[in-house]
Amino acid sequence: MTTAEVITKLFYLLSAVLFIFGLKNLSSPKTARRGNLFAMLGMFIAVVVTLFDYQIIDYTWIIVGLIVGGTIGTIAAKTVQMTQMPQMVAIFNGFGGGASVLVAMAEYNNLLQSPVQSLGLQDAVTISISIIIGTITFFGSLIAFGKLQGLVKGSPVVMPFHQAINALLFFIVLVLAVLAVLNPANSLYFYGIVLLMAILGITTVIPIGGADMPVVISLLNSYSGLAASATGFVLMNEVLIISGALVGASGLILTNIMCVAMNRSLTNVLFGAVGTEGGGPSGPGGDRAVTEYTADDAVILLENANKVIIVPGYGLAVAQAQHVLHEMAKLLIDRGVNVIYAIHPVAGRMPGHMNVLLAEANVPYDLLKDLDEVNDEFQTAEVALVVGANDVINPAARTETDSPIYGMPIMNVDEADHVMIIKRSLRPGFAGVDNELFYDDKTMMLFGDAKDMVTKIVSVLKET
Amino acid sequence: MTGTLLVALYIFVLAIFTGFEVITKVPPLLHTPLMSGANAISGITLVGAVLSTGMDAPVVTTILGTLAVVFATINVIGGFLVTDRMLEMFKKDKE
Repeated sequence: MTTAEVITKLFYLLSAVLFIFGLKNLSSPKTARRGNLFAMLGMFIAVVVTLFDYQIIDYTWIIVGLIVGGTIGTIAAKTVQMTQMPQMVAIFNGFGGGASVLVAMAEYNNLLQSPVQSLGLQDAVTISISIIIGTITFFGSLIAFGKLQGLVKGSPVVMPFHQAINALLFFIVLVLAVLAVLNPANSLYFYGIVLLMAILGITTVIPIGGADMPVVISLLNSYSGLAASATGFVLMNEVLIISGALVGASGLILTNIMCVAMNRSLTNVLFGAVGTEGGGPSGPGGDRAVTEYTADDAVILLENANKVIIVPGYGLAVAQAQHVLHEMAKLLIDRGVNVIYAIHPVAGRMPGHMNVLLAEANVPYDLLKDLDEVNDEFQTAEVALVVGANDVINPAARTETDSPIYGMPIMNVDEADHVMIIKRSLRPGFAGVDNELFYDDKTMMLFGDAKDMVTKIVSVLKET
Repeated sequence: MTGTLLVALYIFVLAIFTGFEVITKVPPLLHTPLMSGANAISGITLVGAVLSTGMDAPVVTTILGTLAVVFATINVIGGFLVTDRMLEMFKKDKE
């Protein structure tokens, strides 16, 4: 190893350490921003050191790529709305996976045509693994992005024999991988793997419903890390292996947290095809009478409460109601009401989605409470105000063993004196399960778009 | 299996465990920034992409490499910037 190579490797080690510190600091609100800066610095060092590598003979296309990618990335990051964060992270995961496949195939073609190096068994194995993981990450993320952006139907799309076909396709991929390893010079096997994994990326994500997206995004996040690691094995580059493994682990942790929050196994989420778009047929209670209340009724209860707990859900994001909601909360706080936000881990379309939205609306983060922290507080609250959430407050999760949401930890809003639910209609939530709570005597249904209804409440509050 | 590959495998396994240890206790508040920040780190493939693009290699490698640089840079720059934008919003008390 030359001195230059040793120096490069030492800088890579420094980058890896900075990534670890960065992730560590991202775990606490006080240090998170610093953590992100550590990780940025680590990345900067790794890239700059690489640019000095003796193997690089021409910078033209590197500069072009950096400028094009940098511009797109900057514009995307600066203009994306907080409500669109799930699809943004989904597509970024995809780009990470895509880059890994491209690098692996670039290296394959390099070794294939190189007069000095040969394409060995180890190369064939690592390249195969890298393109398998990277391709499914890229195409799976594209579909997740499409679903979240509304370009692809959000509800599960299931073909006949769906999982059997997927299993068959994956079996063929494994056969192709064995053939590729035995005949590494035949590039058709490698391109065949990419093609089939592209199809699998689409067919494995398309049957997964919108409300299960927090799990899917977390898993794809993990894959994008593992893809980088796999490419690290192709290039025998330690910083890729370490960084990819860290991200792989982080994604797996989040995936697990999301599954636990829904009381479902990963297998059930991936292959269960649970969910309907915007609610299925109205359930058995569809023709029962529900009294409709107005903003004025709501204000009377809210004003006279000592403690109000707001439970936001995906409907808040759809209606972009976070700013007006906090305006309402501030008006109540000014009148001496104790207002807190209760956030379910799977509320929204990605882990932490609601927290980001409310932070955007300037809600101080100590008002944002998670499920375990807040669930006993409903007993002492006069009003639980549910804005655009449904399955996470459905008592069916406690009692009905045949319900798809049975066993899911829910917000105990029914323990509050009054439950106020802002919702567009009586239609069941994503899981397609009717909600008994809508018909409960202590429930006040406020029908309407979350933003319109909260705006009305705010104007009534201002008048009084 | 060569010695280098074996060492690389050791590094990989140890890094996975390091990841689990470092990240386990993340409050739900920070789930989204953690994910987008981690995602930006996975753009480290940029290092490989830069090498593929710039070295003396067949045209196919240069083309694939350039595309990889674009993808990875979007991932890195976009990921870090959007994470910073989100974290900037997380404040304890504005008043």
